[in-house]
Amino acid sequence: MLNRYPAWKNILIVVVVVLGFLYSIPNIYPDDEAIQISTDSLSLNESDMATVTTALEAAQVEFFGEEVSEESILVRFNSVDDQLIAKTAIEEALTNDYIVALNLAPTTPAWLQAIGAGKMNLGLDLQGGVHFLMEVDMDAALGRRMEDNLSNVRSILREERLRTRGTNVVDNSHLEIRFGNEDDRSEARSALLENFPDLQFQNRDAGNVSVLDMRTPPDVILQIQRDTLQANRTTIMSRVDALGVAEPTVQQQGADRIVVELPGVQDPAQAIRFLQRIATLEFHLEATPGASPASYVTYVNPDGLLVDVDNEVILQGDRISNVRSSLDQNGLPQVQINLDAQGGNQINRVTRENVGRMMDILLSETRSRTILTTDENGEEVEDVEFFEEKRLISHATIRTALPRTFVITGLSSREANDLSELIRSGSLAAPMTIVEQSVIGPTMGRENLEAGINGILVASVLVLIFMLFYYRVFGLAANTALVMNILLIFAVMSTLIPATLTLPGIVGIVLTVGMAVDANVLIFTRIREELTNGMPPQQAIDAGYNRAFTTILDANLTTFLVALVLFTIGTGPVKGFAVTLMIGIITSMFTAIVGTRALVNLIYGGRNVQQLSIGKYKLPNKSGIEAT
Amino acid sequence: MILGREVDFMGVRKIAAVISAALVVVSILALVFNSLQFGLDFTAGTSVRLNYSDTVILDEVNEALTNNGYEDAVVVSFGSDREIRVVLPVDESIEVVDQAAQAAVVGETIASLLSANSASEVTLLGSDYVSAKVGEELAEQGGMGMLVALGIIMVYIAVRFQFKFSVGAVVALAHDVIITLGIFSIFGIEFNLNTLAAMLAIIGYSLNDTIVVSDRIRENFRRMRKGSPVEMVNVSLNQTLSRTIITSFTTLLVLFSVLLIGGETTQGFAIALIIGVVIGTYSSIYIASNVILYMNVTREDLMIPVKEGADPEGTV
Repeated sequence: MLNRYPAWKNILIVVVVVLGFLYSIPNIYPDDEAIQISTDSLSLNESDMATVTTALEAAQVEFFGEEVSEESILVRFNSVDDQLIAKTAIEEALTNDYIVALNLAPTTPAWLQAIGAGKMNLGLDLQGGVHFLMEVDMDAALGRRMEDNLSNVRSILREERLRTRGTNVVDNSHLEIRFGNEDDRSEARSALLENFPDLQFQNRDAGNVSVLDMRTPPDVILQIQRDTLQANRTTIMSRVDALGVAEPTVQQQGADRIVVELPGVQDPAQAIRFLQRIATLEFHLEATPGASPASYVTYVNPDGLLVDVDNEVILQGDRISNVRSSLDQNGLPQVQINLDAQGGNQINRVTRENVGRMMDILLSETRSRTILTTDENGEEVEDVEFFEEKRLISHATIRTALPRTFVITGLSSREANDLSELIRSGSLAAPMTIVEQSVIGPTMGRENLEAGINGILVASVLVLIFMLFYYRVFGLAANTALVMNILLIFAVMSTLIPATLTLPGIVGIVLTVGMAVDANVLIFTRIREELTNGMPPQQAIDAGYNRAFTTILDANLTTFLVALVLFTIGTGPVKGFAVTLMIGIITSMFTAIVGTRALVNLIYGGRNVQQLSIGKYKLPNKSGIEAT
Repeated sequence: MILGREVDFMGVRKIAAVISAALVVVSILALVFNSLQFGLDFTAGTSVRLNYSDTVILDEVNEALTNNGYEDAVVVSFGSDREIRVVLPVDESIEVVDQAAQAAVVGETIASLLSANSASEVTLLGSDYVSAKVGEELAEQGGMGMLVALGIIMVYIAVRFQFKFSVGAVVALAHDVIITLGIFSIFGIEFNLNTLAAMLAIIGYSLNDTIVVSDRIRENFRRMRKGSPVEMVNVSLNQTLSRTIITSFTTLLVLFSVLLIGGETTQGFAIALIIGVVIGTYSSIYIASNVILYMNVTREDLMIPVKEGADPEGTV
């Protein structure tokens, strides 16, 4: 019984420790305040950087570490104050085509970044910001789909010249078509069948009416719901991106929910407005000459002319059902706009009554800017504010009453593309409502983080001291394993699993610290027991580790199963806690069993040992120690 | 922590059973009649945050609110002695988007009301609409999670140990969770998402403890040729006692430092876990083993069916 580990095991442990160390160090490098400049369509170059440099020098802001690539420009600053002044200065210097966003730039050394080491994401509760939970109205999504199906059915039947006795949507997943006789029905059925492969067809006779039922089967409904959620998430993501909020989170939650977290944003009311609509068109008439100045606003049209636009909105952009940029018959760019039924009627009525007058189309965009406000403690804090910006994009004479589908011309092809993309990102696949919102202040987040870290530190130190006094040399091995364990948890959370560290997560780590020693306590008490029973030290070590192993495995495996269930079923804080618990169980099993054994083997293995430094233990008889 | 003599844990097992039963009954009664003081996560409402220029006396705030028709308002101190949060139920029939605006109105009203009823200056820090729907759903998920987790644990223990041990472990878990919730109810400690997560952690901790004890019982049943089940359980409890005490001690050490240093937001979590660890330690000694004994556990229950033979190192 020599208690020696084979070389490969020692090497494995060293490799794990080195990796754990490497991948957890980025967390000690504080981020630099930075500004990131990007643009949708243009590629960035040195001349943009020159503009930025001039603006920053004019504003007398110190900056460093500029990075220019085609996609973005990054500039770093010494303080939050500098960063905010710089943002305003850069925004003024650049045109609206650029997105200027506050950001945090990692200061992790390049060689660490090169091996993929990064920092842990901090949750909103540790950083401050706004949290929204939005629910997608799936009934509306299905209903909209059915309405579409119905109008398609009608046009197909019209094309095929088939007569019906009426068609209607029964509910969100069911529409019926009534026919005068069975022949009409079977003819219609074969015509429709190929056009609606997703739907189930069924014949039904009600008196002398032959009915054809078309239903959406449950698996297709599920698919539609998944697609809708995905589409809405993409839309919300593009809205958030367009606003330039640094490191936003847009996540699906459950079957019909989306979580949006905006770090740094402090006003939920404004954030809601922008989440619900980012870019939309407003249709107005030109103000009649001599109208009261209060009834119109003056805009500059694309040709540089001043135009007075009447305040009344004749059509809101939410009536737009589809928008597409294309080329007209002369090869000139145009944007084709489709309205829904109500919007179609509205525009038709207004334009019919106003033939000859000018119609103006305004593009209303919601944007964000960072301002400095004073909080309750009199300290200056940064706050992201949203504001609406309207631009006149079309000023044209109404020649005739407009139908549901019409085109906007007189745009450059890029403008046409941008416009249709902007409007499209403004429309959701299904309406959403906000079911939960909360605001966490940046100071509160920082306090939470500091308090949490202090909690971990003090708890760890106390446990380390206790273990050292109680188990002596073995306690030292356990302590080394504990420190290694914390490093590994951090490394795994920073790199392997993109987990976000939240407050319950911190407490999860703290709890793991307390419980990680349990495995060692089990092993050490077992070794003491064997020593008390008169077993020689080397054998006692081996027996202690072997016997305790099944217990540790059983205990950790059951706890792991609980954590796994919580992770699968739970959301939010429950999930955050479950993740750290699972990671902690795995890493602590490794460090507490394999890690401490390696150290113990290193200290005691391969030589003749009379006595173990594992704290007090009773010997079977007084001369027991010498007896070996 | 080496004890000079054996402790006769199971000698008082009947008394322990009575005490536990009594605690569980009291907890259930408290939960039924007193309910839990649910945090904002579980109640739909308008949360109004206010700052006072001097220390707030919560009773005065409560009185002012009650006298003015806000009987349902819940007042909690928030962060410091000068900040409070007033939670008011809201009319759920109003559209959610409007409720945000509604919350602002409610905030102004409450601020001016309390300002008029207080000597110190009252500043409105903010007011938010908080939906309960999420909280309810999460509680449902948590409840479902617990049930599924319990089911999986029962199966696992039945396979690794024996069915009687499954019952023992699950009864111990239920015991711990019910009594912890009971203490929350009786002392009016706020129950929020963090404390819900703590409840789940208690399950994990208590299970850990119970398994360690059960493991030793299984081992002793397989090894010891003589002795009644009660004696064997007693020996097992004594053998694991020093580990039970040390682990509980280190865990409590950690939790107390979180309670004292970890800041306002983690306090509920720490309190819930401290209660849970104390009860969990007790239940791993008295509840799980007791249940196993009441179910007449025998040596045959734990004999290894496959011929792996007795422990080759059977030195005991």
